[in-house]
Amino acid sequence: MKRPRPPPWLERQRYLLDFTLSSLGRRKGKNLALAALYTLVVFGLASVLMFTQALRGEALRVLEGAPDVVVQRLVAGRHDLIPGDRVERLSRIRGVQEARGRLWGYYYDVSARANLTFLVPDRFWGKPGEVVIGEGVARTRLSRPGEPFPVLAADGEVVVLRVRETIPSSSELVSSDLVLLSEADFRKLFGVPPGLFTDVALTVPNAKEIATVATKIRGLMPDTRPITHAEIARTYEAILDWRSGLVVLVLAAALLSFGIVAWDKASGLSADERREIGILKAIGWDTSEVLTVKAWEGAVVSLSAFLLGLLLAYVHVFVTPAPLLAPVLKGWSTLYPDFRLTPTVNPFIVSTLFLLTVVPYTVATVVPAWRAATTDPDAVMRS
Amino acid sequence: MRKSDRFLLFLLGMLALLETARLHSLHRGRERAEEVRAMTAMARRLGLTDLALFTDARYARHPSQADRFAPFQDHPTSLEHFPSGSLVPPPPPPPTP
Repeated sequence: MKRPRPPPWLERQRYLLDFTLSSLGRRKGKNLALAALYTLVVFGLASVLMFTQALRGEALRVLEGAPDVVVQRLVAGRHDLIPGDRVERLSRIRGVQEARGRLWGYYYDVSARANLTFLVPDRFWGKPGEVVIGEGVARTRLSRPGEPFPVLAADGEVVVLRVRETIPSSSELVSSDLVLLSEADFRKLFGVPPGLFTDVALTVPNAKEIATVATKIRGLMPDTRPITHAEIARTYEAILDWRSGLVVLVLAAALLSFGIVAWDKASGLSADERREIGILKAIGWDTSEVLTVKAWEGAVVSLSAFLLGLLLAYVHVFVTPAPLLAPVLKGWSTLYPDFRLTPTVNPFIVSTLFLLTVVPYTVATVVPAWRAATTDPDAVMRS
Repeated sequence: MRKSDRFLLFLLGMLALLETARLHSLHRGRERAEEVRAMTAMARRLGLTDLALFTDARYARHPSQADRFAPFQDHPTSLEHFPSGSLVPPPPPPPTP
């Protein structure tokens, strides 16, 4: 039985693709180097976009549990402790279900050279003298349950607490540097007198009332700064937005590289490429066929690099712990959470990357070829 | 085998790997949903406001709670000390009443 022949158009494209691949193979070194560089740019750009997008999604989901409003007291423009009677006054505001004085603060651990966050939970389940620590703290200080946890108190005395348990490592993204302890231990360590709190967390059951409650607080207590849940979410959207430092930096570098490659391509063909076009025209190829070959050439390089870069970025961000991005985020921290993100392949990111990379490169390949292909073959070969 | 066939096979292979990545993301997403729910519950129970991402500077550890002038708190034109400070923009301005 005879195999059905593909439509002539398709067969023609396959022959043109065969020719393109052979033509690329004649300049193997140059084209491989170009594809490798191209893959690297797509990889870098896709890694940052995937990472920030996944982190932003995770932050917004996790911080749904954040307080509805946090009220800070400001003294001379700086955050200061808030007296307990304000907690009572705040709870009387219409729309507020509960007001709770929070106690938390930072402790610079000299031995680990890390900033720890000490926090008093609403109902601490340990005994006085015990602490519950985040996995990052346990890792950095080599502390395990049952072991002593010495801390330098505000009065210079070394207070030896004991590790009760560690917070499960699956929640490191929010708990890595946490040290949970009792109210009495916190006040003793940091010298916070009774009746004073770090800030006040409010529960406002009706989300539509949160902005009104915040306005009322500003009127009632002009020396305070209410921070609403929406503002917390906006902060994280801003940090992990495309305008954030990390993304802009990589985006600018990538666009610059593309600009250079596109400029190099668009500014002219090499002598070999011009001669090739001249010969093709001289043996009877028409302009559209030359342009199709050139379009295939751009598509082969850019599509291969795009797909490879995208896949490598996915593996880098979601299969490995993003080893190339983590040092950027770590900064000078010695205590960094070990976390995995929820993988997301956003069609918007994929199509944006495609439009930013494949389309301009292919166009930049075709334009100079069109210029050469529309001139007389004899002139092209002689030039 | 023709060169075009080899290239098309390569493309199909890449697309199959991308589809595998998509299926992996769905599978991992389902697994991870439970952990994210646990973190949300922890944030609610402990009243957490920020992620423990940047622990090098106080204002980077809790960017949503930091002073508005946080990166320049030492003096108005001081240079930023911490690398994470360049990633953390100042908190958004308060909404106008």
